[in-house]
Amino acid sequence: MELLVAIIIGVLTCSAVFLILRARTFAVMLGLTMLSYAVNLFIFASGGLKMGAGAVLKATEDYADPLPQALVLTAIVIGFAMTAFLVVLSIRARADLGNDHVDGKLPVAKNTRQGASS
Amino acid sequence: MNHLIILPILWPLLVALLTMLPPFDQNLLLRRFLSVSGSAVLVVLSALLVIQSTEEPAQLYQLGNWAAPFGISLLLDQVSSLMLCLTSVLALAASLYASSGEDENGPFFHALLHFQLMGINGAFLTADLFNLFVFFEVLLIASYSLLIHGGGKAKTKAAVHYVILNLVGSALFLFALALIYGASGTLNMLDLGTKVAGLSDTQLQLLQAAVALLLVVFGLKAALMPLHFWLGNAYSSASPAVAALFAIMTKVGIYSLLRVFAMVLQDAGFVASWVFPVLWWTGLLTIVMGVLGVLASEDLRKMASYLVIVSVGSLVAILSLGTPESVQALLYYLLHSTLATAALFLLADLIANQRGKAGDRLVNGRKIAQPVLLGTAFVVVALSIVGMPPFSGFIGKLLLLQAVPQGSAMLWYWSFLLGSSVLLLIALSRAGSILFWQVSGSDVEARLVGRRRTSALLLLVLASPLLSLFAGPLTAWCQAAAMQLQHIANLNPGAF
Repeated sequence: MELLVAIIIGVLTCSAVFLILRARTFAVMLGLTMLSYAVNLFIFASGGLKMGAGAVLKATEDYADPLPQALVLTAIVIGFAMTAFLVVLSIRARADLGNDHVDGKLPVAKNTRQGASS
Repeated sequence: MNHLIILPILWPLLVALLTMLPPFDQNLLLRRFLSVSGSAVLVVLSALLVIQSTEEPAQLYQLGNWAAPFGISLLLDQVSSLMLCLTSVLALAASLYASSGEDENGPFFHALLHFQLMGINGAFLTADLFNLFVFFEVLLIASYSLLIHGGGKAKTKAAVHYVILNLVGSALFLFALALIYGASGTLNMLDLGTKVAGLSDTQLQLLQAAVALLLVVFGLKAALMPLHFWLGNAYSSASPAVAALFAIMTKVGIYSLLRVFAMVLQDAGFVASWVFPVLWWTGLLTIVMGVLGVLASEDLRKMASYLVIVSVGSLVAILSLGTPESVQALLYYLLHSTLATAALFLLADLIANQRGKAGDRLVNGRKIAQPVLLGTAFVVVALSIVGMPPFSGFIGKLLLLQAVPQGSAMLWYWSFLLGSSVLLLIALSRAGSILFWQVSGSDVEARLVGRRRTSALLLLVLASPLLSLFAGPLTAWCQAAAMQLQHIANLNPGAF
């Protein structure tokens, strides 16, 4: 199970880094969302992975570490709010700057090529 | 338990909420009054805390009265009380300055300002790493909105970079926290400090990975060398009161570096073997990048932004020495540099307002209507940033230079700091002579500086002569603070 979780976190992080390095705000936003998924899983794993352990004290003999669950909850809420802010900001940037490039202007050569192909 | 400790967090929250409720939400004048008086109360509060931290040993405040390593604790010591005091003075100046018109651009300016203060104060007070993350996010989300306050292309563009970078930073911060928790089983700073010595080799390796991530995160906040590119655009496009308040934001990064590396992990072997050397060299390179930016700046606001980077470089390099003398020098220089750069941001706006179309760009422009007030302020701020006597920069830089031990470190630091001072002197005197003396065009009636703006400016500008006037007691106090920081690190949370 450790291996599976590690692979999932790794794949999510790789995709996130790839997407964040794109130049369009939408892709970056997806990348950041994915990165926060990876982070959340990672925090979960920091308490140690257990099968069939209780989430509530005294329900079973063996119980899961409760702190990472609390941390993950906080991280999810904050990550969600931040992503929502970025969505609004990206829309605003699209309106203000006229395109969705993160630098606010499209590289000239790329722009003409895209114009020709579409 | 001493409940005064949590007030610097609760009070701004209360003020921010009140500004959004009737009757304040409809009436701009009432809102301004609430905001400015709220900041003034914060100054009094933090002054009380400074007195308390001086007279008594460091105190822990347990939220909800949960015992130390399990609950979240706030730590009041001399260093954190000093940072609180600095923040509240900046906040007073910023809210006063913004009350002269900048806050008309959006209804929530004052609310956001106080939410930001809540985040900053929380970050200074907390003794829990995860709580530090939470307060970072509080101050960040307020700063995102403040940065874009007023709108416009330049602000939107700078905000997109700033927000994306900081979101990545937050994710890395969480990775680091999970690693620390996985390796040591605690996130309480004091508890972690006592547990580091007993960690096994595998756990230490995990901890080092976490520390590397933390370096990136705090480096991003502090605008250290490879991570400083966002700062120039963000600070120079922000509205002046916001930029003045943001002068403390990079210092939050430096403060976190200080807390984690000079206090919590000071006994861990790897800090001395690779963390401090990394900080030393990136700090020195940050000075170079900052100075280059200052020399290349086309307007005064950009110049002020790069001056922030120069001060960050000098502070981080001195931090990496890890001695009490270096912490003492760091605290004094941090006070001076924050107030001086904040004053320069306000001054840049005032000068821009009186030069017509030329604004604060370094080109010929209209004659400034109040050359005595603005000129004197500029001379004081510029000389104190460069480090000329009798202003605080001179004493600050002297302390920095003295804190460096003899040997090759001295050679590097002295040449970088003194070299940067010469170049800053050239850049600032060039800027001053262009702005004030290269006059062209006719005199047109310019808007004079209002009373609120003057008092906000004077509050920050006069800080520099005051800091040098009271340098004796202040440096002694900073020394005591540095000693206390070293002492606390060896205590476990149960000892309070």
